[in-house]
Amino acid sequence: MITSVPKLLYATLITLKLLSFSIIFGLFIGLIFSLMRISKNTLLNKISYYYSYIFRGTPMLVQLFIIYFGLAQLDWLRESFLWVILKEPFWCAIIAFSLNTGAYTSEILRSAFQTISKGYIEAGESLGLSKFKIFVTIQIPVAIKQSLPAYGNEIILMLKGTSLASTVTLMDLTGVSKFIISTTYKPVEVFIVAGSIYLFLTFLIHSFIKYNEKKYEAK
Amino acid sequence: MRKLSKTIISLVAVFFLLANNTLADKIKIGTEGAYPPWNSKDASGKLIGFEVELAQELCAIMKHECTIVEQDWDGMIPALLMRKFDAIMAGMSITEERLKTINFSQGYADEVASLAVMKGSSLANLQTVKSLSLSKKGGDVKKTLDQLKNALAGKTIGVQTGTIHQNFLESGDVGKVNVRKYKTQDEVNLDLAAGRIDAALAAAVAFTDYAAKSGKPVVLVGPTFSGGAFGNGVGVGIRKGDSSSTVGKRDAKILKDFNKAINTARKKGIISKLAIKHFGFDASM
Repeated sequence: MITSVPKLLYATLITLKLLSFSIIFGLFIGLIFSLMRISKNTLLNKISYYYSYIFRGTPMLVQLFIIYFGLAQLDWLRESFLWVILKEPFWCAIIAFSLNTGAYTSEILRSAFQTISKGYIEAGESLGLSKFKIFVTIQIPVAIKQSLPAYGNEIILMLKGTSLASTVTLMDLTGVSKFIISTTYKPVEVFIVAGSIYLFLTFLIHSFIKYNEKKYEAK
Repeated sequence: MRKLSKTIISLVAVFFLLANNTLADKIKIGTEGAYPPWNSKDASGKLIGFEVELAQELCAIMKHECTIVEQDWDGMIPALLMRKFDAIMAGMSITEERLKTINFSQGYADEVASLAVMKGSSLANLQTVKSLSLSKKGGDVKKTLDQLKNALAGKTIGVQTGTIHQNFLESGDVGKVNVRKYKTQDEVNLDLAAGRIDAALAAAVAFTDYAAKSGKPVVLVGPTFSGGAFGNGVGVGIRKGDSSSTVGKRDAKILKDFNKAINTARKKGIISKLAIKHFGFDASM
């Protein structure tokens, strides 16, 4: 059992890598799609709406399987340059996770943008600021502050979501736990250790978000 | 009102006592249902395959009522230990490693393991001896292992997790290869066909069965493996029993009954017949 601890800690790094990559890409995707969603262009609006509808409406496991096993069935895709990325389980997982969290993030940001009170924008306009200036200096900071609690939640959900990576051969925390169980036959002990590590990571994320919430409130 | 609830409670209690008694006598057999032709599922989700039919035959010989339940491979032995079922019939080879934790009946079938690649792969032309028994020691074995070491260096090979095939690749006998572990053999096959892995290692029949059903150009290469890390045939996995407790005695009896039933089935030619039906050759032992 003791000898498994370094393996679990190394696997925790893989889990954190999966989480940070998908959160960064997801935030980027989320920002773009939330802007599309609040834009007045009907086409952009509809694209964003259906993207978020599809990715929030289907299980992440199914999305991961479609990207990992499904796309690999297409011969033309395997012969294209995309295969360099799609061949690797790591990137398949990142793509699935980023698209999924991107959909949720776009909704979080959209509601934050839409609930900014008109007064803020009018204040900016009366100062003679350009639309872009208003967006960058007023709308974005206010939106971030408003969406922090919900976004923190999303990061924690994604942390737990990364455990699905073990279903496509990635040796993350869950994957390594299952592997250790298959040789030691001690599921309870191993899962308790793995669960504690996830809990500790959640604690760190939670503290980080709380800290930032306070920071923004003070301003 | 109070009288009524008392009656209901006692009726429920009696029901559970009775139900428990009858259930305790039934032998529950765990299988994976995802390792054809050993065990698999048909389109309607019914368990089928060599071991499912053999289990029914053995239970008939033991004159015991049995139920066959499904369990993922990676949780098979933990589930047995936690008494989710009483016996494993899931193409599980009898190995030293597993014998430390559970008991096995005598073997009922045995068949070799093999590497598989896609037709046209650089490994497809690998020339070695036809069969390799790791229980034998000598120059021939070493020579073949060295050949494999050279051919497989730096390659990615897929296996199902927690199998003899994984143990063999990680033992270092064939040098340093990247072992990619999958939950089921189906997923190994899919990624072999997709080209994500250079080769796969599993029971030879698992690949021939997949090639036949999917029409994909999967070919066997290298020697067939047996002995050593590959164990001594496939047997029924049963909890280690002892005479100190009722459940321990029951486990010991189940082991004895299975051994007897396998003997009878072998003598009557039942195992051979089922093996030929499912494997295409006589894999009984």
